[in-house]
Amino acid sequence: MAEKVLMKGNEAIAEAAIRAGCRHYFGYPITPQTEVAAYMAKRMPKIGGTFLQAESEISAINMVYGVAGTGKRVMTSSSSPGVSLKQEGISYIAGADLPALIVNVQRGGPGLGGIQPSQSDYFQATKGGGHGDYHLIVLTPDSVQEMADLTALAFDLADKYRMPAMLLADGTMGQMMEPVELPPESGCTVEKPWAVTGTNMARKHNIINSLYLDPEELEKTNFERFERYRYIEEHEARCERYMMDDAEYCVVAFGIAARVSKNAVSALRKQGIKVGLIRPITIWPFPKQAIAEAAEQVRAFVSVELSMGQMIEDIRLAEQCRRPVTLCNRAGGMIPTPEQIMEAVKRLEGGNA
Amino acid sequence: MAVVFEKPKSLTDVQLHYCPGCTHGIIHRLVAEAIDALGIEGRTIGVAPVGCAVLAYNYFACDMVEAAHGRAPAVATGLKRSLPENIIFTYQGDGDLASIGMAETVHAATRNENITVIFVNNAIYGMTGGQMAPTSLPGQVTQTSPYGRDVKTAGYPIRVCEMLSTLEGPEYIARVAVNNVKNVRNAKKIIQKAFENQVAGKGFSLVEVVSSCPTNWGMTPDKALQWVEEKMIPYYPLGVYKDKSASGEVE
Repeated sequence: MAEKVLMKGNEAIAEAAIRAGCRHYFGYPITPQTEVAAYMAKRMPKIGGTFLQAESEISAINMVYGVAGTGKRVMTSSSSPGVSLKQEGISYIAGADLPALIVNVQRGGPGLGGIQPSQSDYFQATKGGGHGDYHLIVLTPDSVQEMADLTALAFDLADKYRMPAMLLADGTMGQMMEPVELPPESGCTVEKPWAVTGTNMARKHNIINSLYLDPEELEKTNFERFERYRYIEEHEARCERYMMDDAEYCVVAFGIAARVSKNAVSALRKQGIKVGLIRPITIWPFPKQAIAEAAEQVRAFVSVELSMGQMIEDIRLAEQCRRPVTLCNRAGGMIPTPEQIMEAVKRLEGGNA
Repeated sequence: MAVVFEKPKSLTDVQLHYCPGCTHGIIHRLVAEAIDALGIEGRTIGVAPVGCAVLAYNYFACDMVEAAHGRAPAVATGLKRSLPENIIFTYQGDGDLASIGMAETVHAATRNENITVIFVNNAIYGMTGGQMAPTSLPGQVTQTSPYGRDVKTAGYPIRVCEMLSTLEGPEYIARVAVNNVKNVRNAKKIIQKAFENQVAGKGFSLVEVVSSCPTNWGMTPDKALQWVEEKMIPYYPLGVYKDKSASGEVE
């Protein structure tokens, strides 16, 4: 096994991106993700890459759009209010079918909100975010190790499916330090004949574009894109099942909420309560199949979220209202305790679901 | 028989969609002639704006990217940082460059980003049907200034070249017009210079082209060109506002 190093989550993202062959980073300062930019500012000039502090998040995402059009691996990172500003550019990137990585180290909202961890950008990340019909592949790390691993995976999936991917973390993941085994050097293995690199007078010009004035043609691009999305939903949904084999209750949580939930599940098991955890690793595509299967087995679900209850809607859609689904949440930058989650499960046991 | 006049190779055969009398056709041609003259078509990538020139990606034969409204200089920055050996130009209107994209313009200029910006100033939003632009003249009647631009509520027109030339960053800032043969010939030289600067690695070069919009000004093409001469050029004087190399400034 390779050597482990102690790193902050935000730094693990940056180093993993560089190892995945990303040589172009554009950002704008915002707490709690600034370490990504700081790391890139140090490393990129040493390896012939680009670090550019843009004049705004809007400019940063449009610089990403430019590099993505040339076919190279490129990323930006921000936190919730900044990611809202990027939505215009993300919509164009999705509309032009370009691969790119957007990192959102979430903080509490709405508005300027706060700077403590949150998961309240779930809707924005999974339902589109900007204007028009589109999706991002959204990966949700629950450790510094996964901050690194899922960054590399996000680049691969974005290239494979020619679409933007998002790493949806939170302030805790960004700030905490853990030992991490960094992923090996890699890079894009996909051909990109659509890229703008200059015609070299050897081919017809390539055009990176999302404008289709003919509605029939625009509809066609939407249908084609959603066929791809359907394939991704079937093949790329990822989750971790924890103590689910004989579970009668199922906690569903991702990111920091899943970390706390695991402690709650283990403690409840010691008390003889048969509870398990499904931890979505992708929230788009949502692990519908895993939830649907669990609905055959468990009596009820608890959605643990650092929001007012957003993922709970996807759980209900996936289990098709066969079982009660309750919400156990904190918001605004607060994190639920294991005790709060244990209480929520015990209430179900008491039949009050 | 010798060919004395032909379409530039850097333009495609697609028919332009511009209104009769619009000067975009001339400006497209001047850009294409510059690309041809420098023999850089194969390594040039253009960035089209939102506005009347949105479909420019169909007209230029080089690789093209369609940008969001005002974001062309940011997109061009990404392209140039990714492909420093390529020649990157943006083609933008006044609403795109001087209103919604002002931040992108100023910061690309102050970084001296090695790109070429063609800025078409016709003092109105054409594509959306004739609204007030950041460069509409005081008193100018538009759809959204029906009583004439009132500087007390709508502010003053922005002189982009004058403003950008106060920055230390940019290499070359110039304003030209295409309302008569003499001005077109001069515009051709200046636009080519703006591309030559990039080829030589000198940095940010912007050419503002004072232009006409007969349709939305509600004038005949001829009258519109006269209006450029009598109203636009006095407010937007032609000339080279900044030329770092010529003035001996060294990066």
